[in-house]
Amino acid sequence: MAKHATPLLDQLESGPWPSFVSDLKQEAANRAKNPNNVEFQVAQDCVEDLLGILELSFKHGMTHWKHGGIVGVFGYGGGVIGRYCDQPEKFPGVAHFHTMRVAQPGGKYYTTEFLKKLCDLWEFRGSGVTNMHGSTGDIIFIGTSTPQLEEIFYELTHTFNQDLGGSGSNLRTPADCIGSSRCEYSCYDTQAICYDLTQEYQDELHRPAFPYKFKFKFDGCPNCCVASIARADISFVGNWKDDIKIDQEAVAGYIGGEFPANAGDHNGRDWGKFDIEKEVIGLCPTQCMWMDSGKLKIDNKECTRCMHCINVMPRALHIGDDRGCSMLVGAKAPILDGAQMGSLLVPFIKVEEPYDEIKEVIEGIWDWWMEEGKNRERLGELIKRQGFQKLLEATNIKPMAQHVQEPRHNPYIFWKEDEVDGGWDRDINAFRKDHLR
Amino acid sequence: MEYEEAKKLIVEQLTKKLKTKSKFYFNDLSKILEMKPREAKKIVNKLVEEKVLEYWSSGSTSMYGMPGTGKQAAAEHEEKE
Repeated sequence: MAKHATPLLDQLESGPWPSFVSDLKQEAANRAKNPNNVEFQVAQDCVEDLLGILELSFKHGMTHWKHGGIVGVFGYGGGVIGRYCDQPEKFPGVAHFHTMRVAQPGGKYYTTEFLKKLCDLWEFRGSGVTNMHGSTGDIIFIGTSTPQLEEIFYELTHTFNQDLGGSGSNLRTPADCIGSSRCEYSCYDTQAICYDLTQEYQDELHRPAFPYKFKFKFDGCPNCCVASIARADISFVGNWKDDIKIDQEAVAGYIGGEFPANAGDHNGRDWGKFDIEKEVIGLCPTQCMWMDSGKLKIDNKECTRCMHCINVMPRALHIGDDRGCSMLVGAKAPILDGAQMGSLLVPFIKVEEPYDEIKEVIEGIWDWWMEEGKNRERLGELIKRQGFQKLLEATNIKPMAQHVQEPRHNPYIFWKEDEVDGGWDRDINAFRKDHLR
Repeated sequence: MEYEEAKKLIVEQLTKKLKTKSKFYFNDLSKILEMKPREAKKIVNKLVEEKVLEYWSSGSTSMYGMPGTGKQAAAEHEEKE
């Protein structure tokens, strides 16, 4: 028998999708039964109370969680998010129910042994409820009490060799795709740079001094599996400078039906014979491909790296050899006021240790944003408020064609007042001497 | 500015503002110190280390306050008012 009746939550289980309500009920039942004789360090029935308070929130149409708190581990200003409920007497199990963010391993690779141990730790010292993974990428531990925080932190850092992630006005835990570890499209080693920058910017990750959150995300290729271009303040998207490599024999193989298109994906039904004109050439957004005497041709200078042709015929087409990444800035995906995609700042940069050139760009951006950014203003909003030109000055990057969203919109975009004779003011009478009205 | 001088200034200014607010953005602190953010951060970090200041976080935004001040501390039973 459940501790609290939850008719509104029960309804959420009736849909066709897996429900978090079912998961929570399962964990509540598991804690009540306690088959492994765990010496729970937080209330055994905390998950029951979590369901209860959520039901009450649905009934009242408002949250019963208070806003934030002053918990944390010593020396860290992020990684722990204080959560307190405003109905502690009715739901004592969730009176203190803090969230912890644990940095995810690069590419989210871990062993089942590591996962099991993490879960054991969290069952022992927390609610047992996790979120794999939060939108920042972290492993999220949901619900523990203040005295458990240091204990968990000690275990994580000493036994698991794992750190807390970022939260608040910090650099958030940098996130990456699996990169060249398993993906042939990857233009750089995403995990190497993700790890390097995580280590380099420990102070920014753990001690908040930014106006607001700041995210790095690393995508190995323009397929953008991490969606960095839509979410990260600085996104690193793999790119190449030279030509797409073509294996004409393999192209013929695809046309002849020897190889399945899309590497055999979407093969749940019969799509008919592969038609390269219809499925590849006709879908090229810049129309830079054509067939010439049975050979596939690409006008590479027109290619915008949409990746469609490579995705459809991975055996025949391959990313170029002169590889690096493009850096885009200012994306954000807020709930309330609409998403903003990243703007291209560095069209191409080599991604090579020790990443000095990249760090120079990052630090230029931070110096500008820390000084000019308003409280709770993301980088993308500052760029909109002060203009992309200011960002170029801050990063010492020369304006180039790729920065222009649309030509001839404002021909003076690159001129500053002190670069123009007489500035923006003029003597109208002197002007009228030569130019009659 | 020397650390001790900075500490005195921060405590003085934050105490003065306590009637109206108890949590401060990092920008507020660097303005009090009249320093560039990166310089101010070194001092603010040390103030947190010495427990002159403490972090407050909503999860998305971080702020700074003096320990035991504000409604939040009392509500969280960190310190009775």
